[in-house]
Amino acid sequence: MSYLDFLAAHSDRLISGTLITLAQFVLAALVAVAAALISGLMKLAPLKPVRGVATVYIEIFRGTSLLVQLYWIFFALPLFGISLDKFTAGFVTVGLCYGAYGGELVRGAVVSVPKGQWEAALALNMSPLRRMWRIILPQALVGMLPPWGNLMVEILKGTALVALISVTDLMFETRQINNNTFLSAQAFGSALIIYYVFARFMVTPLMRWLERVMARKIGRA
Amino acid sequence: MTDDMSRYPLTLEGDDAPMVRFQNVTKKYGDLTVLDRLDLDVGAGEMVTIIGPSGSGKTTVLRMLMTLETIDSGVIYVDGEPLTHMERNGRLVRANAAHMRRMRSKIGMCFQHFNLFPHMTALGNCMEGPVQVLGMSKKEAEERALELLDMVGMAEKRDQHPARLSGGQQQRVAIARALAMRPKVMLFDEVTSALDPEVISEVTGVIRALVDQHNLTMLMVTHQMGFAREISDRVCFFFDGSIEEQGTPEMLFDSPEKERTQQFLSAVLEAN
Ligand SMILES: Nc1ncnc2c1ncn2[C@@H]1O[C@H](COP(=O)(O)OP(=O)(O)O)[C@@H](O)[C@H]1O
Ligand SMILES: [Mg+2]
Repeated sequence: MSYLDFLAAHSDRLISGTLITLAQFVLAALVAVAAALISGLMKLAPLKPVRGVATVYIEIFRGTSLLVQLYWIFFALPLFGISLDKFTAGFVTVGLCYGAYGGELVRGAVVSVPKGQWEAALALNMSPLRRMWRIILPQALVGMLPPWGNLMVEILKGTALVALISVTDLMFETRQINNNTFLSAQAFGSALIIYYVFARFMVTPLMRWLERVMARKIGRA
Repeated sequence: MTDDMSRYPLTLEGDDAPMVRFQNVTKKYGDLTVLDRLDLDVGAGEMVTIIGPSGSGKTTVLRMLMTLETIDSGVIYVDGEPLTHMERNGRLVRANAAHMRRMRSKIGMCFQHFNLFPHMTALGNCMEGPVQVLGMSKKEAEERALELLDMVGMAEKRDQHPARLSGGQQQRVAIARALAMRPKVMLFDEVTSALDPEVISEVTGVIRALVDQHNLTMLMVTHQMGFAREISDRVCFFFDGSIEEQGTPEMLFDSPEKERTQQFLSAVLEAN
């Protein structure tokens, strides 16, 4: 059986798995961006308890393994009355995990915006929220896009773990094919290629494009 | 330090009330007293220039007035009302955020390093405050911004980002941005110090036009003695956190009384 025959025979599983992975990635990325923004800004809050909550979140999700977090949120949280279906538990956990890394990126980028920008915005009598949203965050964004590009690839790779709580993503489908056919090299080889193409030819170029657009917006390109 | 607040009036009234008053204002950073019981009045429409050696507290005076720094004692008044304080049950207490916001709208500031918003065009910089803070319509804000950019000679560069502008051009946009908020008091902190010599006159020209054509109250820190002499109503010489000597430009530059003033001026003259 040639590799092409293999692909033809299992394309439906590979395609549906890829689509689920795509959905998991996009949703996890959105969760990660939101969690990073919220926790990064909370870490800069004047109130200590607010900073504390963000620190605990970042510490827990950065300091433990994504797989354990997945099992926790999918198997243990229901014991506390919070049940998520596996699809939701998957992207939420991956998003929260990488959002904790992103939170540090947001905090660092906001802090590195020159003090004079805050002062100029205050001199225009802008409220604290407007200063952050209109003046500081857009500039911080430019500085943190390159590391976010790496983080996005990590998020994509991280979604492969959701197969372990039986989300039918690319990894899950690949294992099914392997279990049914024992064609391990073809099955896992296909997964490798699809993940690589996804990261290298979709996620990374998209982030680079975003970097260029933002650089142009700020007049640096 | 406890400060008996009853000695400070709740408001400044009367025709001769100054636009800005520092009364007994002290500012410290840790153990370092940067300004020591400063008293300074600036009349409505007056142009007061602050000169003095580096580290004497000139910038701090402007930053306190812009509410970029808190003060440790004393009261600052703007337009008859306390800026750093507000009235509660007949006495002055520390101003809250809402009071400071209301008062801050009377003041505009230009910085040594311009601090334009790099992600906005020249026009965008000048529209940001009017639209976001004053709630003006985009159309109206744009008209006003264009008028001001025209006044500072930057109308042609309206669509350029700050990174594409020279220092002198950026500073002129920064002046237009501050004026777009229609302040009563304008603060200039060494606005030409970061500029190449050949473009300094672009900026001093704009300030000169403001002095001639508008009834703004202005407080300016500068090292350009010639410019200070030409446009100031009054010059204050700061030394070590207090006003060593003040007077009309003629008095201060031609016949300074204090030895420190004489030393400073001759040192500056030599440097030029
Ligand atoms: N944020 C700060 N922390 C500590 N010291 C400061 C701070 N800002 C200014 N100073 C000190 O206050 C003094 C006056 O500073 P400044 O008002 O900037 O002087 P000038 O503008 O006359 O050069 C200086 O000794 C300076 O080192
Ligand atoms: Mg200074």
